Amino acid sequence: MKLRMLTLAALAGLAAAAAGQALAADEVVIGDIDDMSGVYADVEGAAGVEAIRMAIADFGGTVLGRKITLLTADHQNKPDIGAAKFREWADQNGLNLLLGGSNSGVNIAMSKVASAKKVPFFVIGAAGASLTNEDCTAYTVHYVYDTTSLANGTATAMVAAGGKTWFYLTADYAFGTQLQNAASKVVEAHGGKNLGAVRVPLGAADFSSFLLQAQASGAQVLGLSNAGTDFSNSLKAANEFGITKTMKPAALLAFDTDINSLGLQTAQGLTLTTGFYWDLTPETRAFGKRFFAKINRMPTMDQAGVYSATLTYLKAVKAAGTTDADKVMAELKKTRINDMFAKDGYIRADGVMVHEMYVMQVKTPQESKYPWDFYKVVKRMPGEEAFGPITGLCPLAPAPK
Amino acid sequence: MTTVFGIPVAVILGQLTLGLVNGSFYAMLSLGLAVIFGLMRVVNFAHGAFYTLGAFAALLGLQWLGINYWASLVLAPVAVGLVGIVVERLLLRRVYGLDPLYGLLLTFGLALICEGSLHQVFGASGQSYPVPPALAGAVNLGFMFLPLYRAWVIAISLVVCFSTWFVIERTRLGATLRAATENAPLLQAFGVNVPLLVAATYGGGVALAALAGVLASPIVLVNAHMGSSLVIVVFAVVVIGGMGSIFGSIVSGLVLGVVEGFTKVIYPEASNVVVFLIMALVLVLRPTGLFGRE
Repeated sequence: MKLRMLTLAALAGLAAAAAGQALAADEVVIGDIDDMSGVYADVEGAAGVEAIRMAIADFGGTVLGRKITLLTADHQNKPDIGAAKFREWADQNGLNLLLGGSNSGVNIAMSKVASAKKVPFFVIGAAGASLTNEDCTAYTVHYVYDTTSLANGTATAMVAAGGKTWFYLTADYAFGTQLQNAASKVVEAHGGKNLGAVRVPLGAADFSSFLLQAQASGAQVLGLSNAGTDFSNSLKAANEFGITKTMKPAALLAFDTDINSLGLQTAQGLTLTTGFYWDLTPETRAFGKRFFAKINRMPTMDQAGVYSATLTYLKAVKAAGTTDADKVMAELKKTRINDMFAKDGYIRADGVMVHEMYVMQVKTPQESKYPWDFYKVVKRMPGEEAFGPITGLCPLAPAPK
Repeated sequence: MTTVFGIPVAVILGQLTLGLVNGSFYAMLSLGLAVIFGLMRVVNFAHGAFYTLGAFAALLGLQWLGINYWASLVLAPVAVGLVGIVVERLLLRRVYGLDPLYGLLLTFGLALICEGSLHQVFGASGQSYPVPPALAGAVNLGFMFLPLYRAWVIAISLVVCFSTWFVIERTRLGATLRAATENAPLLQAFGVNVPLLVAATYGGGVALAALAGVLASPIVLVNAHMGSSLVIVVFAVVVIGGMGSIFGSIVSGLVLGVVEGFTKVIYPEASNVVVFLIMALVLVLRPTGLFGRE
């Protein structure tokens, strides 16, 4: 009896696997692995999934006559979970494209799978520039922003405005240090000086001690090399302790959702860099309003970016006439990306999607005329300036001579 | 500038003050845990969730009902304390006779449900609670600017902690409570309603956590996960002070806040583990904790 049950179960398993294969043949499968429940869940998360659905619907729901299906998973900020899920989908569900959400650590782990399984992999929410340098693959596209472009934007603008000396509050893990290093280089290159940094454990309950150290350094600029709740809580405390009166805070990574949490009273005057803002052009406004109608929040650059990335991939599949990974990647690298997210964007040999970035200053409560009216544009940075030249650290893309 | 061990005196005094602020939170939270453990033998893992609930009660009270900070200071702990009593009556009392592990698992599960629900409804990024106007601004202490609000936190938590200690250790009500832990059936025989007493104790401990949550809300962003990292540190504080020792939990809360503050200057990377290192040392050298009796 037991044996028969086992045999039946095994047969059922086989049948399911076969069904999976059959399914894959007449469907195009897109996967999204992101932090759905943790500290970064508002940056992309479930609302990002909604943005992907919008893109699939806008494309018509099918490509090459095949239905487009979407799989989603929560990586819980654990690299092993992200990589395992990616591998499972590639092996069993015929995955054609993976969209990687927040967390550089998880995305670095998933890029190894992309390379092994030959699946196009668009990094959306992770900032670490190593994804297109030491950790690059032939299938990786870094779509929205990276530590290089964030530092080039914010640090250049702050130094130009007279902020010559810097002290950093750095999240004590890969992302924080990569961001701090990128900013330090920019500051030095423009004749500024780095006076020091304090490495703060992730999720610290109180930032005031660290902030007093920053103040004691006598630096003009407080470089906030952290993100999410850590960023918001440190800026809030900097205000409370009057540190923002003597130092100018620089947000090396901040999202509309952070500004919304903090309120303009606290965030006003802050300089930051973003790859997208809903209130830039008629197209961005139209997308912003559509998104708002569904989610009740304006899209972050990651949510707008994941919408654009999905469309870009689907257009490339249509143009190539196949979902074959290598042919689609070749198509992607020769197309220009033009939509509400990017103007004349292009994907470089190392995987960077080069597009315009915006240095923003947060408005004062008086300047803000309507809800989510947060930023004024300080500078539009052309893609080449924002993402810098190819470094040569990625074996696929030698540095220009 | 005068220095001690190479650190300017001004910095030492500044960190001492900030350490006391953080220590005030540790003290208030560990006090609630110690009361609950000392009198009920329940390891209340939901303590962080009740702290979060306190902060949300203040925030939503302000946004939805226009209840100001000062009223929230009283109303939020009362409301959350009542939730605690309901939890005790419906769930917790069923695990009293069992291994303490069951209580731990039950409260841990409750904490996860509570955090998950708040996250689902309010998202991950948190919301700001304004500092009450009367406490806005800062005082110049000579060595640092101390925001008035933080000074207020130290003051109120010292008052609350020592009054709680006084009630439990020095009054007739406290004596009855302690008697309930020693010999509940006998106390019941004297006509004391022990189940009510136990429920009220749990409600009181929970209200302390909620009060800490209200006090924290103008300092940090109110979000679903604000209590989860804090509660682990607070457990370490309770262990260091001696499980169930009321006085121990207050003193070790304040002292560890200060120790953590100095670690943030000397070796910031270790500031989130220093409390656990001390806990390990205390467990090796004095397993009952610094103030534990058993």
